[in-house]
Amino acid sequence: MNWVWFYRLGSPLWFYQTTTRWLPWLSLLAFILLATGLVWGLGFAPQDAKQGNSFRIIYMHVPASFLALAGYFLMAAAGAIGLIWKMKLSYMVMKAAAPIGAALTFLALFTGAVWGMPTWGSYWVWDARITSMLILLFLYFGVLALQYAFHNEEASNKASAVLALVGTVNIPIIYKSVDWWYTLHQPSTIKLTSAPSMHPDMFQPLLVMILGFYCFYVVALCLFTRVEILRRERKTTWVGDLIGASNNAVEGEKW
Amino acid sequence: MRKYTSNGFYAYLRRDLLQSHRRLGEAASPLIFFVMASTLVPLGITPDPDSLAEIASGIIWVFALLATMLSVGGLFAGDYQDGSLEQLLISPQVLVMPVLGKVTAHWLITGLPLTLVSPLLGLMLFLPEAGYLPMTASLALGTACLSLLGAVGAALTVSLQKGGMLLALIVMPLYMPVIIFGAATVQYGIDGLAWTAPLAILGAMLAAAIALCPLAIASVLRLTSIN
Amino acid sequence: MVKFQFQSISHLLDMGGHGFYVWSAVIVTLIVIIGLIVRPLLQHRVVLNQIAQELAREKLRKKTNVEGN
Repeated sequence: MNWVWFYRLGSPLWFYQTTTRWLPWLSLLAFILLATGLVWGLGFAPQDAKQGNSFRIIYMHVPASFLALAGYFLMAAAGAIGLIWKMKLSYMVMKAAAPIGAALTFLALFTGAVWGMPTWGSYWVWDARITSMLILLFLYFGVLALQYAFHNEEASNKASAVLALVGTVNIPIIYKSVDWWYTLHQPSTIKLTSAPSMHPDMFQPLLVMILGFYCFYVVALCLFTRVEILRRERKTTWVGDLIGASNNAVEGEKW
Repeated sequence: MRKYTSNGFYAYLRRDLLQSHRRLGEAASPLIFFVMASTLVPLGITPDPDSLAEIASGIIWVFALLATMLSVGGLFAGDYQDGSLEQLLISPQVLVMPVLGKVTAHWLITGLPLTLVSPLLGLMLFLPEAGYLPMTASLALGTACLSLLGAVGAALTVSLQKGGMLLALIVMPLYMPVIIFGAATVQYGIDGLAWTAPLAILGAMLAAAIALCPLAIASVLRLTSIN
Repeated sequence: MVKFQFQSISHLLDMGGHGFYVWSAVIVTLIVIIGLIVRPLLQHRVVLNQIAQELAREKLRKKTNVEGN
């Protein structure tokens, strides 16, 4: 079994070069999808029978929530790969995923809050989904704080990876617990509005937005990872060549 | 032929208990914090018996959680500083058993006293009568869970200078399911429902924690005791 | 199939009374998205400059070392 392709994936140089080639196109795709989805959803999709036009916030809230959660799992998976195969690049991706995920979780909470006001008359409700998303934000904060606390790079990598994995194991438990907790305390006046079966005219722009957000996430992840690569690989030859400065890098490893 | 694995457990359990015994003041501070901080609530909110009765279960649980969280940081800190953690890491014992011994000692020093003092606090906070037994049961199981989960955080932050606040940050999301079911146990008891149900879930969490946390702690200690 | 849902731009901005909520959600979404793109791009430039300076300093140091001998 030829594993070369897998180990090549672990090369920061390869990642940097490949992203330099493909990011502009991916960014264009993300921009097109997001712009289309946003205009479609805000202007052309029908409004909801009960919620009216505030329903349109779904086109931002749902993709952000998906990616906030998916981003955490991606961060943990990158950490696991780094721990198992000791791949530096994987750790870099893990570290890049943390701020993006935290920002998207905040976005999900914010859009949820402004959606809640016209719908339920309150910016904040301690319902199961919002509370779980809040705890997800706390989990992200924990990983971010731990990342920057260590001076030793290797310890930082490993500790963050372990914490991300511990958090991943806990996410289903937390979700289930909060869900159960909410059924105990659910005030009878507030009904949780989920979008059970959506009309295709509403669902299509949502799909476009979700795809657009995924593309955007990959672009942002690559951008953050590239910066991390430059930071950590500053002493290598290829970075020196990149800068066009002299090729007398100090004991540079040639990739 | 001595069996090293179980010896690791009792050896470190005894060691930690002895160490706390020598510094009883330090060992008692979580308990004192628990009682003192709980009194902040009547002072800051209301001493009215009816209002307090409604939230007593939550108050006791929240402050038990905070007391445990504040004390768990010291689990590995002392050993890290005087080098005995390193000795532990290179010793022939399977690391899981000494770790379990230390966490058990922590629970015996912190969680168990909290559990035993909680009826007294229940009295001061007007906890309804039906709540006492579920309160004690849920705290007994819950604080053990909290010690185990907190130890994971302690292991992650052992080599950091200002690890205390960071430990709290890391560990609190993990604590949330425990307090959800712990406080619910008491609430069920007060409402006359079957409080053994959430208690059973708490027990399941504890069982999983006993099985998994020592493994996590052991691997983390090996990874992060360098900074 | 798809038709523009609003009678005029002012209707679009008003969103049937929910305009404040919908548009603040849109604005914050755009801020977050743009921020997550711009920030790494800025950092990229900064790091490249830093490394360039470090390399230039190294080169200068080596040159003076060689000449000093």
